[in-house]
Amino acid sequence: MYQSIFTRMKRRQIFLQGIKDVLPLNIPVILFGIFYAVLCIELGFSAYFAIGTSLIIFAGGSQLIFITLLTAGAVPWVIFGSVIMNNSRNFLYGAVFSKYIEKKSSVWKVILSFFLTDQCFAVSNDYLKKNYKNKFAHYHMLGSGITVWVIWQLSNLIGVWLGDIVSDQLSLNFFVAITFLALIAKDLGKLDHFIIIIVSAICSLIFYNLPLKAYVIVAAIAGIYLAYLINTKFKKLIK
Amino acid sequence: MSIWTYTIIIGILTFLSRYIVTAFANTKTYSETTKKVLSYVPSAVFPSLIFPAIFYKQNNFEIYNTEVLAFIFALLAAYFSKNILITVICGLVSYVTIIFLI
Repeated sequence: MYQSIFTRMKRRQIFLQGIKDVLPLNIPVILFGIFYAVLCIELGFSAYFAIGTSLIIFAGGSQLIFITLLTAGAVPWVIFGSVIMNNSRNFLYGAVFSKYIEKKSSVWKVILSFFLTDQCFAVSNDYLKKNYKNKFAHYHMLGSGITVWVIWQLSNLIGVWLGDIVSDQLSLNFFVAITFLALIAKDLGKLDHFIIIIVSAICSLIFYNLPLKAYVIVAAIAGIYLAYLINTKFKKLIK
Repeated sequence: MSIWTYTIIIGILTFLSRYIVTAFANTKTYSETTKKVLSYVPSAVFPSLIFPAIFYKQNNFEIYNTEVLAFIFALLAAYFSKNILITVICGLVSYVTIIFLI
């Protein structure tokens, strides 16, 4: 009896810790969420579409690629290919997380995977690394994941509501670019990452006018290939 | 293909990208090189989402415009702070300031 009350409290505590830890990372999520919904409306999509994509897809980057490429008239394989490329970092997150939740049930794995975002990864990875022996540690990930989900949906609602009154002067593309820049900010100062960033940037600018808007994939493949070269043939570049 | 068909397919692709490795990975079978190369994915993908949005306006390459100027401030903030929040705020503030000053 006492045992069960104790563990229930413990679970709740860890869940709340997850919420608390992820909150600061949500300011860009709110901005991004608002801009995503505004952009949807500006591009001529309905409010249902803006909110529906967020409920079903729940991945800001992929949703953004989806609507921009769709508006630009890209063919399906380019859209799906770009989304897969953009999501490929989730494989890495999954590779890290799998060792913390490998003993959990399939239902847990499905639920936790659904909420696996950049922000959730950033904070819960830290927590799980330190507390992996605690059998309720995954409640931290549940807390941080659900928090990001709720905030993402709410900021979309705000964006739908703001849709009409945002100034035409402001380029939404710019805000989106800044959000992605922020996500690689911590790597900018590392020489190996810097080289890859520059090469990917140059490729995307050179190949921007390729048919089918394939520049995202071309630049990403160039960057990944370069990362492979740096890690095999030019290890001196990495400290 | 309707936009909802796209949405559902992308929803499934996104979920699978989060689920497959999380649920089935045997991390011991990953080579060190694979792990390392995967860690560069954001650096390889994000620039292609950043730079064209800054330097292209209506399909024309522009090296001098409001966005480029504000982007330089954001870039400096990103480089020196290495912080998501500071980068976003600096980018927003410099962009809005430049728009209203010009």
